[in-house]
Amino acid sequence: MSDPILRLEGVSKTFGGLKALTDVSFGLNEGEVVGLIGPNGAGKTTLVNVVTGNLRRSSGRIMFEGEDVGLQKPYQAARRGLARTFQIVQPFPAMTVLENVTAGALFGGGAASVGDARDKARQSLEFVGLAPLADRPAANLALAARKRLELAKSLAMNPKVLMLDEVNAGLNSSEIDGALDLIRKIADSGVTVLIIEHLMKVVLSLSKRLLVLHHGQLIADGPSREIVSDERVIEAYLGQKFAARLKEMHHG
Amino acid sequence: MAIYLQTLVNGLMLGALYACLAVGFSLVWGVLNVINMLHGSFIILGGYLTYFAWHAYGIHPVIMLPVVAALMFALGFALQRGLINKVVSAPVLTTLTLTFGLDMILYNAMTYFFTATPRRITLDLGAISLGPITLPVDRLLGTGLALLLTLLLYAVMRGSSIGRAIVAVRMDRMAAELMGIRTDRIYAITFGIGALMAGAAGVVFATIFPITTNVTGIWLGKAFVVCVVGGLGSVPGALVGGLVLGLVESFAGHWFGPQQAMTAGFLLMLVLLLTRPTGLVGVKGYE
Amino acid sequence: MKPLPLYASLVVGLAILAAAPLYGDNYVVRTAAIVAMYGALATSWNFIGGFTGYPSFSTAAFFGLGAYVGALCQRSGVPMVVAWAIASVAVAAFAALLGGILLRLRGHYFAIGSIAVVELCRLIVSSWSSLTGGGDGLNLPLVQGTPEDLMRFFLMVMLVILAASLLVTILVDRSRLGFGLRCIHQNEDAAAMVGVNTTAYKVAAYTLSAVFCAAAGATYASWTGYIDPTDSFQIVLTVKVVVMALLGGAGTILGPAIGAAAFVLLEEVFWANFIDWNRAILGLVIVVLIFFLPGGLLSLRRRLMPGGAA
Repeated sequence: MSDPILRLEGVSKTFGGLKALTDVSFGLNEGEVVGLIGPNGAGKTTLVNVVTGNLRRSSGRIMFEGEDVGLQKPYQAARRGLARTFQIVQPFPAMTVLENVTAGALFGGGAASVGDARDKARQSLEFVGLAPLADRPAANLALAARKRLELAKSLAMNPKVLMLDEVNAGLNSSEIDGALDLIRKIADSGVTVLIIEHLMKVVLSLSKRLLVLHHGQLIADGPSREIVSDERVIEAYLGQKFAARLKEMHHG
Repeated sequence: MAIYLQTLVNGLMLGALYACLAVGFSLVWGVLNVINMLHGSFIILGGYLTYFAWHAYGIHPVIMLPVVAALMFALGFALQRGLINKVVSAPVLTTLTLTFGLDMILYNAMTYFFTATPRRITLDLGAISLGPITLPVDRLLGTGLALLLTLLLYAVMRGSSIGRAIVAVRMDRMAAELMGIRTDRIYAITFGIGALMAGAAGVVFATIFPITTNVTGIWLGKAFVVCVVGGLGSVPGALVGGLVLGLVESFAGHWFGPQQAMTAGFLLMLVLLLTRPTGLVGVKGYE
Repeated sequence: MKPLPLYASLVVGLAILAAAPLYGDNYVVRTAAIVAMYGALATSWNFIGGFTGYPSFSTAAFFGLGAYVGALCQRSGVPMVVAWAIASVAVAAFAALLGGILLRLRGHYFAIGSIAVVELCRLIVSSWSSLTGGGDGLNLPLVQGTPEDLMRFFLMVMLVILAASLLVTILVDRSRLGFGLRCIHQNEDAAAMVGVNTTAYKVAAYTLSAVFCAAAGATYASWTGYIDPTDSFQIVLTVKVVVMALLGGAGTILGPAIGAAAFVLLEEVFWANFIDWNRAILGLVIVVLIFFLPGGLLSLRRRLMPGGAA
């Protein structure tokens, strides 16, 4: 196996005395789709924040394409090809949908000019199916469309690794299905994807490999099928009641 | 040694006056998120009312205090209710510019009616000596009044239902509204209290400093510094900020000459802005 | 605004100011020069306040420092135009350094910090008597010529500064920098996440907002022949410039300059007719503006002509 594109080596993050991440190590291989799960407060979003430079890691190394990027600023992460979406969508509200995506192509995607960036943005909008809404102000979009906008913006940045923080939160089931198709399409185009999710169904349908975070520690890393039957994971993450139901589901 | 003791006492007395001057400004900023550029003119207006009551009718400043307080509260309440409330959630540029415009009107009116001639009430109460330090009695009285007013406001904020409602709105406007607090009214009352405290400070100042429209900007500047130094929106913050500024100005004036006292104050503010934007007392977010 | 009407209004506006000596007396020429000067100040402010959305109140600091640097250079024998250039470059460097520190603050705190800079500059200049003459101020070498010639000369200089500031505005508006500044205005964190180097962009905007103010300040010092700290570092000037930009339309290309023209003309009318109440009337204009014209004068066009060019 070749070197992972993104590798965390013993990464910890403390807030004052509180340990949010403890000695987390894993690697993402190029083109892989990996799920990151864990109960609320396990440190999933903190992990993403540390990788993209929104938070500074307290110790450990974050290697991206063989380079230690532990001290990078968010804009540098974006330019390197480490893109992310937020749990709470972050559009430029008064700009149009097209302008929002153009920003991604211009700054993160390194387009040569505003005109080039706009062309690139149109392609991204086409890809996520938002082209008809290109000239609408971003503030007017419904939630599902805003999440797609975030994806389009990230894609316009030519990401090598895309981290999706709860992209499905707040969507109804048909919207989720649409989003899943889109994420598969993105993965098929060769982008390495890390999906942070609450919904087991979503993670299992997308990724063959799972990472499980609990109290800031990585307690499991392996093939999805094995992980969901791992006793420790079931105890920590699913709780016993849900674990029982899951077992029934598998055997039934 | 004696000179340091005197400088220390001067600084503390000045600090109490600054706390009283700034506490209303701090409250308005903290609760309404509005930088009230009228504050300096409110202080001077309170001073003028006191001066003319004393000069024309012989009314003692201490008696004028509640009268000025009531008038200023009414003015502040009406201004907030009628004008500022309509843009209270707009960006800082809008509210700051609006209060600046209102200040130009008030400033112009005061200059027109009272002229810019400095006026001051001289109570001629002499001075007392405590060992090596000398305390002018009028200044001591002013300091005492300023402290009393500040503590009174603290008691009101802590003890009364209005005070608690103000604190509630400050901490979480939405939650306060859900609990049935009418934020519009609380905003108007808060602005009224801000004006009241400015006016009351003006009453005290009229017996210590010259009253003229030329100094509205200076007092406004002090209010800024006190707020940033102490932290926004709380009485203890204003008290700490006021005392620190008073001491810094007093000692800077002693060591580097009176010219540098104000420079030291602004430098202190800039440094604190950059290192501790919540102030010495302030807690991140809200207390 | 479409490019063609934009350039047309720009050229017409500058031509009206430049032609003042042809149709007016010295008072009219002076007013035109003042319009050009405030137009340049408001257009400068627009970089940081309009595009970037940072409520900067530093204008008077840049103006005053420009005046002092220019004056000190001239007094030590540097030719006038070179002194103006030195003042612009020096103050721009100062703004870049200051911006790196100050722009970490946001919202109210940035506003206060930027006002404090004006006060600090004034206090330091007044107390540094050995260099700046302190409260007594500084005299500058007199420029030779008849009053009419001088007035025309300074009108032209102010017009050049205004035109330069507008040209840079147009360039920034179309460029990567302008796009990034608008992103920062909308949502600074999101801007960083799409790859905008927010610190560098903000510092660039702050520096641009200083350089033309410094040029105008240095020119103003040569024009009046005398400067002092109180006149050079006025909070009122700072706020006036912000109001002008808001009056015309913050974040638009021509709005701030148009707002400056409207404001200066109103001010002149009030001064001439209501000498006792001019300040109050200006205050009233501000209040009315906030309530009835929050988008500035340029938004009128859109309101009056539905579907008109925006």
